[in-house]
Amino acid sequence: MLNYTLRRLMFTIPTLLLISFIIFIILDMAPNDPTGNLPLTIPPEVREKIRASLGLDSPMYIRYLLWCQQFFINEPLNLFNQWFGWCVGDCEGRLRVTSWATRSPVVDLIAERMPQTLWVVGMSYVVGILIAVPIGVISAYKQYSWFDQIGTLISMIGFSVPTFFTGVLLIVIFSVWMPNDSVFWLPSIYDTTLKVVDWSSFVQQMRQMAMPVMVLALFNAAQISRYMRASMLDNLSQDYVRTARAKGLKEKSVLLVHVLRNSMIPVVTVIALGIPQVFGGAIITEQIFKVNGLGQLLIIGIQGADIPLVQTLTFLFAVLIVLFNLVADILYGFLDPRIRYE
Amino acid sequence: MKLTHIIAGTLGAALLSTTAMAQERGRDGNVNVIYWQAASILNPYLSGGTKDIDASSMVIEPLARYDENGNMVAVLATEIPTPDNGGVSEDLTSITWKLKEGVTWADGSALTAEDVVFTANYCMDPDGGCQQLSKFGGVESVEALDDLTVKITFDGPKPFPYGPFVGSTTPVIQAAQFANCTGEAAPTCTEQNFGPIGTGPFTVTEFRANDTISLAANENYREAGKPAFATLTFKGGGDAASAARSVLETGEFDYAWNLQIAPEILADMEAKGIGTVLSGFGPLVERIMINLTDPSADLGETRSTVANPHPFMSDMAVRQALSMAIDRPLLVEVGYGKAGKVTCNVLPSPAIYDSPNNAGCEVQDIAGANALLDEAGWELGSDGVRAKDGVRLSILYQTSTNAVRQDFQALIKQWWTEIGIETELKNIDAAVFFGGDQSSPDTFQKLFADLEMYANTFDGTDPEAYMGNWACSEIPSPDNAWLGGNMPRFCDPAYDALIVEMGGTADINERARLAIEMNDMLMQSYTIIPLVHRGNVSARANTLEGVKLNVWDSQLWNVADWSRAN
Amino acid sequence: MSDTVETTEIADDRKYRSLWGDVWVQFRHHRGAMIGTVVFFTILIAVAIGPWLWTIDPGYANIRVRNQGMSLAHPFGTDQLGRDMLAQVLQGGRVSIAVGLTAMAIALLLGTLIGVLAGYFRWLDGPLMRLTDLFLALPLLPLLLVIIMLFRDTLRGMFGPETGIFILIVFIIGVTSWMQTARIVRGDVLALKEREFILAANSIGTPSKRVILRHIMPNILSPIMVSATLGIATAIITESALSFLGLGFPSDFPTWGRLLFDGTQYISQAPSRVIWPGLAISLTVLSVNFIGDGLRDALDPRIRGR
Repeated sequence: MLNYTLRRLMFTIPTLLLISFIIFIILDMAPNDPTGNLPLTIPPEVREKIRASLGLDSPMYIRYLLWCQQFFINEPLNLFNQWFGWCVGDCEGRLRVTSWATRSPVVDLIAERMPQTLWVVGMSYVVGILIAVPIGVISAYKQYSWFDQIGTLISMIGFSVPTFFTGVLLIVIFSVWMPNDSVFWLPSIYDTTLKVVDWSSFVQQMRQMAMPVMVLALFNAAQISRYMRASMLDNLSQDYVRTARAKGLKEKSVLLVHVLRNSMIPVVTVIALGIPQVFGGAIITEQIFKVNGLGQLLIIGIQGADIPLVQTLTFLFAVLIVLFNLVADILYGFLDPRIRYE
Repeated sequence: MKLTHIIAGTLGAALLSTTAMAQERGRDGNVNVIYWQAASILNPYLSGGTKDIDASSMVIEPLARYDENGNMVAVLATEIPTPDNGGVSEDLTSITWKLKEGVTWADGSALTAEDVVFTANYCMDPDGGCQQLSKFGGVESVEALDDLTVKITFDGPKPFPYGPFVGSTTPVIQAAQFANCTGEAAPTCTEQNFGPIGTGPFTVTEFRANDTISLAANENYREAGKPAFATLTFKGGGDAASAARSVLETGEFDYAWNLQIAPEILADMEAKGIGTVLSGFGPLVERIMINLTDPSADLGETRSTVANPHPFMSDMAVRQALSMAIDRPLLVEVGYGKAGKVTCNVLPSPAIYDSPNNAGCEVQDIAGANALLDEAGWELGSDGVRAKDGVRLSILYQTSTNAVRQDFQALIKQWWTEIGIETELKNIDAAVFFGGDQSSPDTFQKLFADLEMYANTFDGTDPEAYMGNWACSEIPSPDNAWLGGNMPRFCDPAYDALIVEMGGTADINERARLAIEMNDMLMQSYTIIPLVHRGNVSARANTLEGVKLNVWDSQLWNVADWSRAN
Repeated sequence: MSDTVETTEIADDRKYRSLWGDVWVQFRHHRGAMIGTVVFFTILIAVAIGPWLWTIDPGYANIRVRNQGMSLAHPFGTDQLGRDMLAQVLQGGRVSIAVGLTAMAIALLLGTLIGVLAGYFRWLDGPLMRLTDLFLALPLLPLLLVIIMLFRDTLRGMFGPETGIFILIVFIIGVTSWMQTARIVRGDVLALKEREFILAANSIGTPSKRVILRHIMPNILSPIMVSATLGIATAIITESALSFLGLGFPSDFPTWGRLLFDGTQYISQAPSRVIWPGLAISLTVLSVNFIGDGLRDALDPRIRGR
């Protein structure tokens, strides 16, 4: 297994380089333009000058190599510098990956947004999994019981009603209809500058997270619970379950040790695919509640054709995808020792 | 205690408390402002976006700005220079600004003429990518005559010399702070661009790009007792509807910007009674631009260029019929409500430029349009579409993606069906449509469609540059890399002559006459079909006082005067 | 279909029973699946012939009756331009169901194919899974912009505006949503191919194609069914996101996702504008889900026997 992991890790480097190049080509070909969102009162000649000042007049491969240099060499050196205070090479004049819209280093922007994204999207993912797994297990164990039917109903509605709708619905209920002084009133706008220092600010943080987390958790739970249920059902009818029961094992251990473990493969896949998306943020939900996390950063970058920003974010996203898929592959081996990659 | 004493005492106390009230800076705590487009930078020279300009206008200020009525008012200057007071030279080639005495930057140092000179050079540096460069068009030199006097010299007569340093697009930045940020270094100065030191009522305490700006009252602000708010939170992100909701329905925010949402929804929100919708009218006009050239894909390179006239749009009867079939009052009612007015001009504002010669377009006339087309020989076919000599009146109608525009498309398509014109609708993502990317076929300059709809306006109050858009030389084509503002490909030597004439005319009434004449040429040839004179819509909480919606300048232009109602 | 029913019923009494006959019998005993089937076909029939029965033109803006609630003349109310909501929901259903089913089918086909190949053939695993990683990592929106820029005009020219865009959208959604299915199927295949019955099949020299079709496929049916149900919902919603970005159908072309999106703004003023399209999407997804459940149960020989 270790061998396999190392080989895969080595293989990821060319893969990621290739992915980064393809992403760059796509971003470069995309017809949106960094001056597209500027007021029409700015004349075309000035727009040309702006494009030139962003380096858009040099050929594509030069800009790609420049990004590579900035991202793979300058940014790590800079991090090194910040963490350990050691200076390698030219610390002041080193060019970092800089966003076109904000003219600030992309990595700093990402770091600034990480907290709210992890709080809201990450929390909703955890909540979603915590709800989904038990629901999936019980639904499968008691197939076609009222619990299963209601679970199915809720999860299907949760999945087929998009977040742009549930978000607005919750705001109308909890922020508009609910009187402002009620304990159930929830803020519709997320305050990213809030710092949790004491109990009351913690409560405030929980309140402002409540609605976006609810919206996203419903969506995530719906999906995961369906896979969990289906996979459990498959395994419950297998011979080894009958054997286990016949051997007199407790129902609880049959279910939770044997069946659950064997049913986890598709669920692990779904969860592993979902974790990078946590870091990718939730574009629509972030927009509705103005969480302004990574999802909002990405969408603003895309709308403004901010190539360095989008390229960096998407690439980091790609790294996470590749890594978590590797983690999933390794987990398969633990869940089902018969799976061999050698 | 004697009675007089008591009276004097209470009087004194009352006086004291009112003066204390009026004088104490930061007495009203915090105010929350929401812009649904988040500010990404606080340097208008590096970002021309309205959100960035508005946000920075609280911190850095120009020499003069426009008030809510479109009049120029001095900010850092003592007065507006004019030919009458000698501030503008006789030959119109230079303007001399005098700075107010005793103005200090937020860090306590004095504002001098050198700062103004530095700012001009900062923007005019060829490597800086300055987005307000057009404001400095024709500027030959900017020099400091003494500590408080700046002279701007132009390369020729400039009848309207109020480009540089008038309005929030060109504020004065501090030379000391930006000294190492000129030219190619401009974009690398993150710290400076995120937290400029200014002369305005607020200073930046924390800047989170594309998210939230926290500001605090500027302790060195030149007006005593202002601003009334100690801190200001400028939140960005989301969409117009939720921004409106946060002011009008949930009361979490005090001011929301640019609420272009369905009028009935806005009215419903306002009915809750905790906020007020404000609207004001600048020169923004939603219009249809007719393509006078042939956009057919078969033409290859010469598609949508003057080489090929349009098969039917070059017939004025068709263009006129298109305009007559539109019910403009209904469009206003459906799309904009209080924030829109019917207009028959592409230049409806300021009032002095508004042509009186095109009235009548507000009445929809389907029968008249049909008669006009019949007369011009466009016969109704069996499929309900008119045709002449094998040319069918079938139109591709493009615009950017936006709920109101799609409603307009649907309504207008229906009216045009009634006069026998077939319409196919197309909407394009705004970043692509307005992006001007050379490789994209969907930009508004290329206009690979029979007509397109969007809104345009101009900065400040002078329409010279705006009317100059429809000169022959402004026609976008492959030769000029599709740059240029003349989307209809309208070309008339008489029109070009008027532009030249306006460039040499200083008298405001004479300029108005010329602008009206140009407007009428465009209107009466039905090259541009104006639809709605659009206003800006914002909302404020009822507890917020002193807000004056300004359409000529930053909406936060008088944030120093805002205060909390008791 | 009715032929099958009769033959099965007759066959039931005799000794001989066909596989599909068995499946059908089992399927009919599944109450949820039957309800799902009935609901799904009702929706299909409604959107297929509905526009002929309810003859109001969904695009006709009758501006005098805009923003109306439910009434006899307009059972689902009207929108902000006075267009009849019932007509729009019926018309929109055609597009949404067509897009949902086709895009789901493409995604499922691609996903299953790639997943099975990667899981079963070790030498394909690396390249195919890296391809999956690539597709997962691609920035969707710029990719869409590029695809639209490159192909919209060509397809519009070849098939006309509506069919051209339909092909484009279905292709886009299909091609960008197969990855999850592929990963899940591969994970299951990896586990399956080490099981005894596959080893047995291999050891008697069964060709790979036959092993896959006969032994692997039936055993990975349940995650595929779940993917299918979720895929329809995703496709319908994604379509609305596309048109919101100006990448989808022309704006006068109603779809369920678009109706729901447009109606969300009016949620307090006219709840009926979100209830009907929302209900339509949910019911479709729910019914497909139950059909999927029923099919899965019916195809599982262990359950079928019970």
